[in-house]
Amino acid sequence: MTEVLDTIGQRVTRLEGKDKASGRAQYTDDMTLPGMLYGAITGSPHAHARILSYDISAALEVPGVKAIITGDDYDWFRSGGHVKDETLLAKGKVRYIGEPVAAVAARTQKAAEEAARLIQVEYEELEAVLSIDDAMNPDLPIIHEEFSTYQMKVTDLEVSGNECWATSAEEGDIDAAWAECDAVVEETFETQAQHHLYLEPASALVDVDANGKVTIWGPNQGVHFIQTRVADYLGLPLTKVRAISPTVGGGFGGRAGPHVQPITAALALKTGKPVKITLSRAMDFETCRSRHPSRVRMKIGAKKDGTFVAQEAELLFDGGSFMDETPAVASFGLMMARGPYRIPNFRGSARAFYTNKLRAGSFRGFGNPQTTIARECLIDRLAQALDLSPMAVRQKNAMVAGDKWLGGQEVPACGFAQCLEEVKKAADLDKAQLPPPAPGKKRGFGFSGFAHISSFLASGASVQLREDGTITMNTGGIEIGQGASTILAQICAEALKLPIEDINITEPDTDTTPYNYKSVGSRTTYTTGRAVKAAAEDVADQIIEHAAAMLDCDPAQLTLISGGQVGVKADVTDSPLVNRTITFKEASLRAHYGVGGPIIGTHTFVFDGPPFDREGSKMKAVVFGNMGAYIYGVQGAAVDVDEVTGQVEVVKAWAAADVGRAINPTNIEGQIQGGFAQGMGYALFEEMVWDNGRLVNPTLMEYKVPGVKEVPKVQTIIVEDPEPGGPFGAKGVGEPAMVGVAPAIANAIDDAIGDRPNSLPMTPEKVLDVLDPS
Amino acid sequence: MSDTLTYDLNVNGEIETITAPAEETLLTVLRERLHLTGAKRGCDQGVCGTCTVLIDGEPVRGCLTIAALCEGVEITTIEGLATPEALDIVQQSFVDTGGIQCGFCSSGMILTVSSILKSNPEAGEAEIREGISGNICRCTGYEKIIDAAVLAAQQINGAAR
Ligand code: FES
Ligand code: FES
Repeated sequence: MTEVLDTIGQRVTRLEGKDKASGRAQYTDDMTLPGMLYGAITGSPHAHARILSYDISAALEVPGVKAIITGDDYDWFRSGGHVKDETLLAKGKVRYIGEPVAAVAARTQKAAEEAARLIQVEYEELEAVLSIDDAMNPDLPIIHEEFSTYQMKVTDLEVSGNECWATSAEEGDIDAAWAECDAVVEETFETQAQHHLYLEPASALVDVDANGKVTIWGPNQGVHFIQTRVADYLGLPLTKVRAISPTVGGGFGGRAGPHVQPITAALALKTGKPVKITLSRAMDFETCRSRHPSRVRMKIGAKKDGTFVAQEAELLFDGGSFMDETPAVASFGLMMARGPYRIPNFRGSARAFYTNKLRAGSFRGFGNPQTTIARECLIDRLAQALDLSPMAVRQKNAMVAGDKWLGGQEVPACGFAQCLEEVKKAADLDKAQLPPPAPGKKRGFGFSGFAHISSFLASGASVQLREDGTITMNTGGIEIGQGASTILAQICAEALKLPIEDINITEPDTDTTPYNYKSVGSRTTYTTGRAVKAAAEDVADQIIEHAAAMLDCDPAQLTLISGGQVGVKADVTDSPLVNRTITFKEASLRAHYGVGGPIIGTHTFVFDGPPFDREGSKMKAVVFGNMGAYIYGVQGAAVDVDEVTGQVEVVKAWAAADVGRAINPTNIEGQIQGGFAQGMGYALFEEMVWDNGRLVNPTLMEYKVPGVKEVPKVQTIIVEDPEPGGPFGAKGVGEPAMVGVAPAIANAIDDAIGDRPNSLPMTPEKVLDVLDPS
Repeated sequence: MSDTLTYDLNVNGEIETITAPAEETLLTVLRERLHLTGAKRGCDQGVCGTCTVLIDGEPVRGCLTIAALCEGVEITTIEGLATPEALDIVQQSFVDTGGIQCGFCSSGMILTVSSILKSNPEAGEAEIREGISGNICRCTGYEKIIDAAVLAAQQINGAAR
């Protein structure tokens, strides 16, 4: 029995919902400052070229132009997520089409754009490296000649040429294990670049004070990370950079690093005035980041009864022109390759490469979708080879609490088996009830297991009791639409037994907000939430101390009562204290004006799960020391495949996720449904296409995302197997909500027509190809 | 240089006199001259629907509409729906059902749903899906947006009875 709580588990409506519904919420481009200038960026026309010279004379003639910056204006300050390989503007060399080479600040948007067009740059073109195969070709030029001088966090990296990351892990005795298998399947899968397509294009507004301190607003997933990166780019101390989070129009990992903030900040510093840059949709597509394209070779072997014996995984990631989060994506993809299954013998490697395309970076799933498609499609193949049901094979091998993750960490809780069971039940019911497919179409059902993490690195929180007994809570959890603010406020409210209305949350601001790594990796609920809960409990303890002094009793006799009061515990019956209460307001007034000082609770921690067993699991160049609070789930899809056109329609979907404890079911369902839609676009049609280094579909007209007519009903099933250490047992769900979608759809296509493409997106052409290989 | 025109617009019941280049879009006029920033610029190409406003009750794309041609019509933006005290029924149902996540599509979605329900208060799920099919939402998977519209329809019909 889970404990009944006041606020946790309730469908509390989104705290900023009214602001958003009424059009009042301020996104970055909605803001203007007095005297503000507008910025524009000149992009590289070449995928790979040396910069010979700049001519800005014509651009300077445009009326209203206030400043122009080029790579010549800056020293070699480099910035980066794991490896410092990017400069503010291209310096010496350009590495992808669209890469910013110069920027303008002017009094009007029009003038800025006109001047940006008039900036002349002389280039010497170099041969471009446009794919993983190109990157492995030693005859093609090196994209980052100074790679060996770049600062990075790991010491055991062994790469050469255009390879930028190489990581590996091994458990058991893989070479011997294959002989024990009754069936072995092996295939190679290719996946594409996907764009986040957050609906708010990249934008930044930067103000600057007389001391040269910049204040930055922009869509982001972590103010501290943006602050640090901008400081790196500009060679500034953190005291001179302040980042604030306005309303953010979607993230999905796309705002996990900076976009136009550094250039906007440079222009503000140069002009001494506020500057705003908002990218057009096309420039956002061309210059922000994408999901890593990949090629994954995988091999899995099992015994007759379906018991998994061995798995081998070889992952290749196309990282694009700069590393950004590539080291973490490669490491994480590798650590997720085995998924939530018991496979005693494992060998895996992940390599990543520089290419002359847009940087690939953080994107919902983070290397996990690329490996999950391979593993889950192969599980179905293995089941076919052994004449078993794919669902039964998953159930047979599902990990349970006490099993170890790849890397040797024991998982303390695991609701995966229950997720499998629930999705199976729901799908079986629907199988009988769905109307039959139209003539000429074939129906198929497919499933995928998945897992993800919800904690790593550090978070802090502060919770302050105000004079009237209400709370002001301050965290760096960024509300990107996933519901972070509401969930964190619910955690705080629950810990203090207050109504949600009594929690005021502040906007994340590096000047005042306790450190938070980022709102990424589904880590906010577990990680920031845990900091909030402990900070709120610190406040509760202090309130009880005051109440005890006021009632002249032992604090151990007291407890919080719902609604902002302290009373005696139920087991204290024979004392004059019974029925006496102290309100939070009374305690707070005593603290503010009498004894002790204002009540502020704080908590910070860095994820404290067990470290990876690097030696035992033969891990090399894995960027995580530890990670955890694993999330488990299952996705399923029913599809109708048109045998003439190859068109795939998803007619129904099911998705179960073990979230530990559901803090806000509405938010969880929203994540699962939205994640399904994004995963479906990835599965069937979304793809950024480059031709000779030029992105050919950088608009919403050409890059199609799922509309309301394509997305099926997604039946959501919330499984709660409390996570020890999670706030009230809770953990995240946002990222994995898309991870199993493509394999579920692929397996459903296979079930319908007897085969499926092994490359994403599974377009009608590719489906027709497998239908009729001639 | 383009010609500058001066004209009157009726926005949310207020008459606003605009002086702007002849080709300026309604979205730009609303956002940059009138500071009504509820309408968003998601694509500037007529695809996403974040710039939706109502003209005489019908949803139009602000990014494709020339402002100077809007004289004499009634323009309603998201800012025109709520009173200072309360959201209108459609707005409130979006909040209540979870039809809003990042909110960037919400102005356009809410105005589109308002217009659907105004012209067809009996609209069911199929009509709602059809009606919002020109608006993209990247966050919700649409399900809770449809729930919001259905809830609003029930409330409007309930109130009318
Ligand atoms: S901004 Fe007008 S439709 Fe996208
Ligand atoms: S709520 Fe984010 S785009 Fe719809």
